[in-house]
Parts: sequence; C-alpha cells; structure tokens
Amino acid sequence: MEAVASHDEHAGPHARGLVRWITTTNHKDIGTLYLCFSLVMFFIAGFFAMLIRAELFEPGARLFSPALYNQFVTMHGLMMIFGVIMPAFVGFANWQIPLMIGAPDMAFPRMNNWSFWLLPFAALLMIGEFFVPGGAAATGWTMYPPLSVEMGPGMDMTIFAIHILGISSIMGAINIITTILNLRAPGMTLMKMPLFVWTWLITAYLLVAVMPVLAGAVTMVLADRHFGTHFFNAAGGGDPIMFQHIFWFFGHPEVYIMILPAFGIISEIIPTFSRKPLFGYASMVYATASIATLSFVVWGHHMFTVGFPASGQLFFMYATMLIAVPTGVKIFNWVATMWRGSLSFETPMLFAIGFVLMFTIGGFSGLVLAVTPVDIQLHGTYYVVAHFHYVLFSGAAMAIMAGIYYWLPKWTGHMYDETLGKWHFWLTTIFFNLTFFPMHFLGLAGMPRRVADYALQYTTLNQVVSIAAFGLGLSQLIFLYAIVKCIRGGVPAGDRPWEGATSLEWTLPSPPPYHTFETEPVIS
Amino acid sequence: MRKTVSGALCLLFGILVWAPARAFEINLKPPASPIAEQIYGLHIMVLWVCLGIFIVVFGAMLYAIVNHRKSVGHKPALFHENLALEVVWTIIPFLILAGMAYPATRTVLAMKNTAGSALSIEVTGYQWKWQYTYLPYGISFFSTLSTPPAQLADLAPKNRHYLEQVDHPMVVPTGEKIRLLVTSADVVHSWFVPALGVKQDAFPGFIKATWFEADAPGVYRGYCTELCGKGHAFMPIVVDAVTPAQFAAWVAAEQRGKKTAATAAAKAQASRGHRTLTASRAARSS
Repeated sequence: MEAVASHDEHAGPHARGLVRWITTTNHKDIGTLYLCFSLVMFFIAGFFAMLIRAELFEPGARLFSPALYNQFVTMHGLMMIFGVIMPAFVGFANWQIPLMIGAPDMAFPRMNNWSFWLLPFAALLMIGEFFVPGGAAATGWTMYPPLSVEMGPGMDMTIFAIHILGISSIMGAINIITTILNLRAPGMTLMKMPLFVWTWLITAYLLVAVMPVLAGAVTMVLADRHFGTHFFNAAGGGDPIMFQHIFWFFGHPEVYIMILPAFGIISEIIPTFSRKPLFGYASMVYATASIATLSFVVWGHHMFTVGFPASGQLFFMYATMLIAVPTGVKIFNWVATMWRGSLSFETPMLFAIGFVLMFTIGGFSGLVLAVTPVDIQLHGTYYVVAHFHYVLFSGAAMAIMAGIYYWLPKWTGHMYDETLGKWHFWLTTIFFNLTFFPMHFLGLAGMPRRVADYALQYTTLNQVVSIAAFGLGLSQLIFLYAIVKCIRGGVPAGDRPWEGATSLEWTLPSPPPYHTFETEPVIS
Repeated sequence: MRKTVSGALCLLFGILVWAPARAFEINLKPPASPIAEQIYGLHIMVLWVCLGIFIVVFGAMLYAIVNHRKSVGHKPALFHENLALEVVWTIIPFLILAGMAYPATRTVLAMKNTAGSALSIEVTGYQWKWQYTYLPYGISFFSTLSTPPAQLADLAPKNRHYLEQVDHPMVVPTGEKIRLLVTSADVVHSWFVPALGVKQDAFPGFIKATWFEADAPGVYRGYCTELCGKGHAFMPIVVDAVTPAQFAAWVAAEQRGKKTAATAAAKAQASRGHRTLTASRAARSS
C-alpha cells in the first residue's frame, strides 16, 4: 500500500486544484506559474502602454491628468521589466534547465516555490499604488531623487515591491547557479551545455551581483523619505547624482539580464531550423561572458548629460563602444549558422530571424547613442524610447515569444496552430516597426520622452505611432489565443517535433512526465 | 518570383524612407551652432557605418534565406567553426569603432571646453519654469510657459508654437560663446535646445557648466528633458539670438528698468537661499 502511494506521488502532482500550484516544488509547475504570471502582467503593463498612446494621439487632448500619465509611464516600465521580461526568462529557466542538463529538478525546490510566490504580492503592491493618496509612483522607472523623495506613499509601495522582486530574483538566480553547477548529468561538461543554459548561468551571476545594489539604492531613497537621512540631498551633504551612479551600476547589467537569456533562446532555435550546429559555440560563450563583464563598466553612458569631466565621458564612451564587438560576434555567428543550412520557417524561426534583424537595429541605435556628443543631443528624447524598445520588445519579448512557440509543443504535448503563429508574427513585426521606428525621427527632431503633451510639429508621427501601437496591442490577443488553444488540445507533438532539434529535452516524451531524469542520463 | 520580391522590397524602402522624408522631419534639426554641426556630422557618419554593416550582414542572411532553404532542397553543411573568420570579424569591428571614436573624442573635448566665454548665464530649473540670471549685468528673470490655458485645455485652437513659447525668452548675442551655469532649485531638470546642440542636467545644490554659440539670429526652441513632475511637458525653453548690437541695446533696456529688476532679483535670491536649505522638507510637506 505504501509502495503504491509513493509510486503515485512520483507519477504526478501530490495535490489537485489550487493547492497543487501553491504548494508545488516541481520545476515544471513553477516554470508554468512564472510564465502565466508573466503573461498576465504583459497584458496589464501593455494596457498602460495603450493608455499612454491614447493620451499622446494628439496634442492637448486630456484623457487624464499629466500626473496620472506619469504614473502610467512609471508602472508600464517597472511592470514590463520586473513583471514580464524577468519572470518569463525565469520561467524558461525552470522548465528548460533541468531538462537540458539532465537534472531531476532545480537544486532548491522549496526555495523555488517561494521565489515564485513572492511575485504576485509584489504585483499586487504595484497595482495597489493606484488606489493610495497621490497615486502610484510617477518618477519613471528610474526613480531619480529628489523627485522620488517627494512622492506620496505610492513610492514606498514601489520600494517594497522592488525589495520583494529583488529577493525573488536573487533566490531564483542562486537556484539556477547551483542547479547548473551541481546537477548536470554525467558527461554534460560545461562546454557541452546548450547555449541557453550558458547564457542563464552568466545572467544568474549578474542578478546576484546587481539586485542588491538596486535594493540599496531604493533603501536609501526610503531612508531619505522617512528617516531624516540626506543621501541624495545636497543641503544635507548628499548628492542626487550619486543615486544615478548607483542605479545605473545596477541598471546596465540589468539590461543584459534581460537580453542574455534571449540570446540563449535564439541560439537554440536558429540551429534547429537551420538543421546545422550552432556556428562558433565557444566564441558565443566567450562573447556572452565578455558582454556580462563589460556591463559593469559602462553605466555612465546613461548619464552623459549630468556633466561628467571629459575623462569620464571618454572612458564611458570607449567602454560602451567596445560592447559592440562581442555583440557583433553573436550576430555574425547566427548568420553563419544559417549560412548553407537547410532552412525552414516555422513560427519560432520567424521570430528568431525577426529578433536578429530588429535587435541589430536596436544595436545600431545603441552605437549612435554610444557616441557621447550624439547621446547628449538625444538623451531624454524619443530616440531613446525607440532604441530600448528595439532591444527590449523586438529583442527580449520577441525572443520570449519565439521560445514559447518553440517549446510549447514539448510542454503541452500539442502542436500550436501554425497559421495563428504566423499571423501573430507578421502582425507583431509590422505594427512593432510602425510603432517604434518613427520614434527615432521624433527623437531626432527633439521631442522629449515622458511628456504628457507635445508641440504641434510632432503631431503626425505621434498619430502614426499611436494607431500602430493599438494594432500591436491587439495583435497580442492572437498570442494569448494561440497559447490557450495549444494547451487545450491540438495535433500530438511527439517527442521531437522539430527534426533539427538536438538537445536533451527532445529525447523525452511530450509532455514530459511530471518527474524526469530521476535516473541520470549519460551524455556521450 | 524574385523580381516581385525585390520590387516589393524597393517599394517598401521607398515608403519607409522617402515618403516620410517629404511629409515630416526624419533627421536632426538643421544645426545652428558649431557643436550642433559636429553632432550632426557624427550622427551621419555613424549612420553610414551602420548602413554598411547592415548591408553586408543582412545581405548574407537574405542570401541564405532565399537560397539555403529546405523547400528548395538545400542540404545542410556541417561546418560549425572557422577560427580565421572569427578572428577577422572580431578585429574589423574593433577598427571601425576606433575610427569612430577619434572624431567623437574631438567633439567631446570641444563640448567640455567652456573657457573663453563672452557671457555667463546662470540657468536655474524650477517646478515648472526656468530662471535666467545674467551674471555680469545683474539681470535676472523667470521664463514661464506662455501658451494660454484655454489652449492647454483644448478650449481654444492651438497656436503655431503651442508648448514652445515663453513670456521672457533667454536673449543672447550671436557669434559669442555663452557659458551656462546650470542648477536647480528643487528636482532634477535638464536644459535642452535641439538646434543649438546643448543639453545639461540641472541638479539642486550643484552647478554644472556647459556652453553654446548661436551662429545666426533667430528663435531657438527647446524643452526640459528630465522628468520633473506633472509639469514636465510645460516648461519650454526659448532662446532669442540677436546681433551683438541688438543684445547691447536689450541689456541697456533691461538695466533701465533696474529698480524693479533689482527688487525682483533680490527677492528671487532670498527665496532661492531659503529653498536650498529647506527644499526637501518643504517639498515633502507640500
């Protein structure tokens, strides 16, 4: 009897319904939770973006006050970064890393549960900000003092939400590092790991290094707000510029935290649909490590307009330009992987190719911004908005979409609807470019970012942008529908739906059993 | 088939680039200062570099997409390394970057060189207006948005310079190096005039120096470019560049109204000193 019970325990979840999801320590369940959470937040934060674009449809029209506008801008940024992109990548890590290195689960399953279940509370805190006096934080996601010191209680809730999110991220990162370093199957040497695992290993180190820095920065803001300190108040001997240094010392590695796992996903997908091994595997690993290392010495390029001495401006300009070298290596390697392959263009591959093309455009505008004098011209304008949406939407978010279409058959056991997937890709790509490409022009012409209203000279382009943005938002409903449809049923996927796929997860059934690799696989 | 594709691509390119070029601006404002001219040149140079790289990299990718596809029966090659190639495509970008860094460095040094200025103006950011103090002349005034409230509230048709007009513009002589000493009385602001190629963040308790020089007489409009609260979009900058003779006349006229100006300046001075000490407390309680 006991034997039967324990057998059942191994076959599936130990509980049913909501309790299963609250108490689960299974990496697949937790991966699913992370991804669902991220999807919900994607639509909430995306809704804020729709409100922003509605307000900016024409000059003057007051759908809501500039104060509320600033709250939407801030929450759109914070939620997309901490609620959408980062949790989605952790979701991929939970599902894929154990499957790809032949581990039975994550190294710390209970901590894994806790890392996830902190997130909904942080999200509730952020949403709750809209209902306290003064509303949500309205400083932009960068929270520069003295403005953030002046804010109402919404700012305190942002600070606590960031503390919670930071704890979650650090625990997740420790779990990932430990899993990768200790739970690899025999024969799975570091240099045999799929590139997705490599990029996450490096990302996890970045998280452990910089999330405490952000926590420190916002704690100092909290102390300035309530405990009479003057970290950022010149009248008390402090320095508001110091906040920017600390924030961006976190902020630039954070940029790579949001893109390195995307590089990993793309490096899995392109070889699969090229039916050819990844070109320059070792150089990909070294390039990822170089980008991560350089990310610690380039934070000043977010601050070229604060008035550094020339030596500071030159140092940060050279260091920033240097990042183009390893990033370029990655792009070249992807193209070389496709070169003389046998290409097919299923939805994941379409998103991957779109990623390479549009992320590179974001890289080019990054190169423009690396040149200090040009950056000083464009800092704080819509050019910067265009730039970081090219690397964060067509970069990180489209890599996440690529990864979802790529692994959904493995996770659910069903093929997604290819027609829906292709519609989603083409509509997203077209509307994305119509939304964000004109923002380069707006920025070059001088339109500031984070403004609730603007001069008449910017009207035409803003109308184009707003209409395209609504199209982009609506297109994501296709994504939602395609996911739901795939979960509910579809053509059976089989163990290996992609003929070019070679990594370990494709040797398992689809969907994989609740517990996998309880006996270590041996990698030759 | 291929002709249709390339025809469609050309058409798309046309729509994306040439049509907007006619309909609205797609580049930096025509430069109106020596630094803006250098920035304009640097930007164009980087764009050409990017275009070159784009054509080479995505030309190769497009070739692979068209010719190396499974549906035309292409069999995959098995190569996955080429040390020589990898070294080459690491070194070439490095050299290109070094080539870009050289002219950029010259401009950085020129922008930081505030020596030899003819006039120093203290620029102070407030929520949500600017104050300009002409240090040698004892002239000081606030510069506030002058767009009528009815237009902001959509109750009246908007004029041409909606949100780009102020009651008292900064008046400067052309052809002279103007040094700006930028600071703030409350939160972080940023003083930006696109055509003049000048932008400097304003911090409470710190003074940061920058400079510009207007080539020709004209009105140059700009904005605050650092989020500073609900009035961030409503504290524009207008620089009125006039000939040195006109500027001298303007200074004389401002100084004739010295009495009122002096009291106003003293008042502003007093309230500024007061604000620095109690800025955060006062702001918090407000």
